[in-house]
Amino acid sequence: MGSILGIHETALLVRSQRQEILANNLANADTPNFKARDLDWRSKMAAAQDDVKRGPYRPDMVRTNERHIEGFAKLSTDNFLKFRVPTQPSLDGNTVETHIEKAQFMENSMQYQATLRFLDSRISGIRTVLKGQ
Amino acid sequence: MSMFKVLDISGSGLHAQTIRLNTIASNMANVDSISSNADTTFRGKKPIFETILDSATGLPTGGVRVRDIVENQAPLKMEFSPNHPMANGEGYIFRPNVNVVEEMTDMMSASRTFQTNIEVMNTAKQLLLRTIQIGK
Repeated sequence: MGSILGIHETALLVRSQRQEILANNLANADTPNFKARDLDWRSKMAAAQDDVKRGPYRPDMVRTNERHIEGFAKLSTDNFLKFRVPTQPSLDGNTVETHIEKAQFMENSMQYQATLRFLDSRISGIRTVLKGQ
Repeated sequence: MSMFKVLDISGSGLHAQTIRLNTIASNMANVDSISSNADTTFRGKKPIFETILDSATGLPTGGVRVRDIVENQAPLKMEFSPNHPMANGEGYIFRPNVNVVEEMTDMMSASRTFQTNIEVMNTAKQLLLRTIQIGK
């Protein structure tokens, strides 16, 4: 049995990581040569979905000696970070378009809250089962 | 917990924009600081922003900071007014190279970005509060 909370646990993590990236884009709205980034949601979630099916994805480190302790690398968002293509590039090389970033930020906040709601109902469901009432 | 990092990132944005607003205020306050030689005349100042690299990943996702504050190298405004008490031997006074219109638009841009960062912080705070209430 996988996680009781299912995909929502990972989704919450990815959403908060995306929130961080979007906040960084907005903070750098006036930095010359800054390139806006975003998470490739589809591939990130596809990888997360695989985790649920096959157990958590934990890239193992190479062990060259049997006495080596097994160490698992942390799953990071690096591979899923992509640059945003600007619709109206600016002269200073900055590709942050505040309106687009803000819209994405708002969307992500709503989705974060939706995920929270899913988790919440899952927890209250489990609680009902445990109480047996 | 990366939602707490959102607060750090937006905080760095607020800090950088405050420095920008400070230099704008200084430029505007000194717009009439007249001098009698070019070396001592006030020159407009401008902060240069830079992205902070995240310490864990090395990616430019750690917020923003002010790398340096540079002086405007545009020529100073020389004015011939021999009766001015600050006039030099040839009867010239020097005015700072501050363009008030430019400073005003810069101020608008800075205050908008400041507001955006505050909104981001507020949203992150609300989401954090919701998160700690989960399962209640």
